[in-house]
Amino acid sequence: MSQDNAAKINLSGVRKTFAGGKKVVLDHVDLEIGKGESVVIIGGSGTGKSVTIKCMLGLLKPDSGSITIDGKDVNNMSASEREDINQQVGMLFQAAALFDSLPIWENVAFGLIARNQCSRHDARDIAVEKLKLVGLSPDVLDLSPSELSSGMQKRVGLARAIASNPEIIFFDEPTTGLDPIMADVINNLIVHVNQTIGATAVTITHDMKSARKIGDRIAMLYDGRIIWAGPTDAIDHSDNEYVDQFIHGRTEGPIKMVARR
Amino acid sequence: MINPLRPIGSAFLSFLETTGRLVMFTVDGLSHCVRPPFYGRQLLRQIIEIGFLTLPVVGLTAIFAGMVLALQSYTGFARFSAEGAIASVVALSITRELGPVLAGLMIAGRIGAAMAAEIGTMRVTEQVDALTTLSTNPMKYLVAPRLIAGTLMLPFVVFIADVIGIFGGYLVAVYKLGFNPSNYLQNTWEILTTLDIVSGLVKASAFGFITTLMGCYHGYHSGGGAQGVGKATTNAVVSASILILCVNYILTLFFFTKDVAG
Ligand SMILES: Nc1ncnc2c1ncn2[C@@H]1O[C@H](COP(=O)(O)OP(=O)(O)O)[C@@H](O)[C@H]1O
Ligand SMILES: [Mg+2]
Repeated sequence: MSQDNAAKINLSGVRKTFAGGKKVVLDHVDLEIGKGESVVIIGGSGTGKSVTIKCMLGLLKPDSGSITIDGKDVNNMSASEREDINQQVGMLFQAAALFDSLPIWENVAFGLIARNQCSRHDARDIAVEKLKLVGLSPDVLDLSPSELSSGMQKRVGLARAIASNPEIIFFDEPTTGLDPIMADVINNLIVHVNQTIGATAVTITHDMKSARKIGDRIAMLYDGRIIWAGPTDAIDHSDNEYVDQFIHGRTEGPIKMVARR
Repeated sequence: MINPLRPIGSAFLSFLETTGRLVMFTVDGLSHCVRPPFYGRQLLRQIIEIGFLTLPVVGLTAIFAGMVLALQSYTGFARFSAEGAIASVVALSITRELGPVLAGLMIAGRIGAAMAAEIGTMRVTEQVDALTTLSTNPMKYLVAPRLIAGTLMLPFVVFIADVIGIFGGYLVAVYKLGFNPSNYLQNTWEILTTLDIVSGLVKASAFGFITTLMGCYHGYHSGGGAQGVGKATTNAVVSASILILCVNYILTLFFFTKDVAG
């Protein structure tokens, strides 16, 4: 196996099935994500984008294939080694996944407190600052997640993901459910986090405007494989009919929308 | 053609699988109870939830149980003109059996269900996954504090239930059946031994562990959606209740075999 020093995350031949192997979600995924790079994964809903990210996070274990982070095989490491890796990871879940039992500020500061990066008192100040970045005022600090709209919950989830300045950040559909202006704020924020902090960013989206803005590179997932990957500029002349159909949102084409949703 | 043995075989295999999963879950949960970091706030929240917020429900159960015991044993014993035995019947039944079992079952309904629903909801809304990504082990953060609080607090709750239950019997004996109050208390006091109380509290501790374990286990392995969480909740209550009754028999056998044999 070639050891590529620049690769922060490397997936090779990742396969993930459910229902005892009957439902193949990821067939053979190969993807390399460089250090400090921002990669966007696009693909129709239900193609396994979230599953791909969960495999990288160690929340799901692939059936076969390997995933390395900083050159270390994360599938076969001990729980404590995995915890060390998680220290430098941030994740925005598709439905935010805020903790219902905790107020907003504790949600945002959860990782900081858990990792003993600061005291509870300082953590609250950091929460204020991170909430400001995602366009939320300190009024929400003591509310509970159920008192916020889903778009606001998403932004709190984003603040939580970036709160401890992680080296790798995963964004699962960061702009879904937001109005176009707020979506742009979030896009800019992701670009900011990626460029100023130098974090490696992996974003899932089917919002092409967002993908173009955020991504250095775009990869398209279809039928359990990455069928195309390349620089963002190249996506308009990919010569791949699947990609063309997807980015232009056409019904006609090789991708068949069979009884979805 | 379907082989008739096949469903039996697969039911047996899935039983083994579930048992194995439960054993691993238990071992894992217990190991997190003794390894730092400890989540004091979570533990405190569970202690309040299990140890104090359940007291009204358990107290009501206990007082009626004590009252009905006094009434029933009076109608029974009056035939043998042995009314004096009522205090003993109430005290022994409450401390040895009814206190722990009724409190255990009530708590299985209240706490076991709430835990399964809360952890199950956290599972299906990916909050459990979110904990992992925030460097927090969900077994340690969610499961361990609940197991500890259940095991430690149920003896306390049952002790209160014992007192209230005996008081319920006293109320009926004194105000309805016209017994002498100080004689009744004296009888109660004389019949009770340390073993009666301690065996009840040990049972309570076991029931607390069982209830919280079932709540956590079923919540943690909850299937998708509201339906999955509903099923997890039901399973938690049913399995905890059955296990409580089963373990109660085993512990009674352990504590009182001597009496039975002699
Ligand atoms: N834990 C799971 N158990 C069974 N099936 C799952 C599980 N997680 C995801 N799937 C299935 O995998 C497929 C891909 O899901 P997902 O990655 O969430 O899609 P998306 O690309 O929209 O993010 C879906 O068909 C989903 O039903
Ligand atoms: Mg998804």
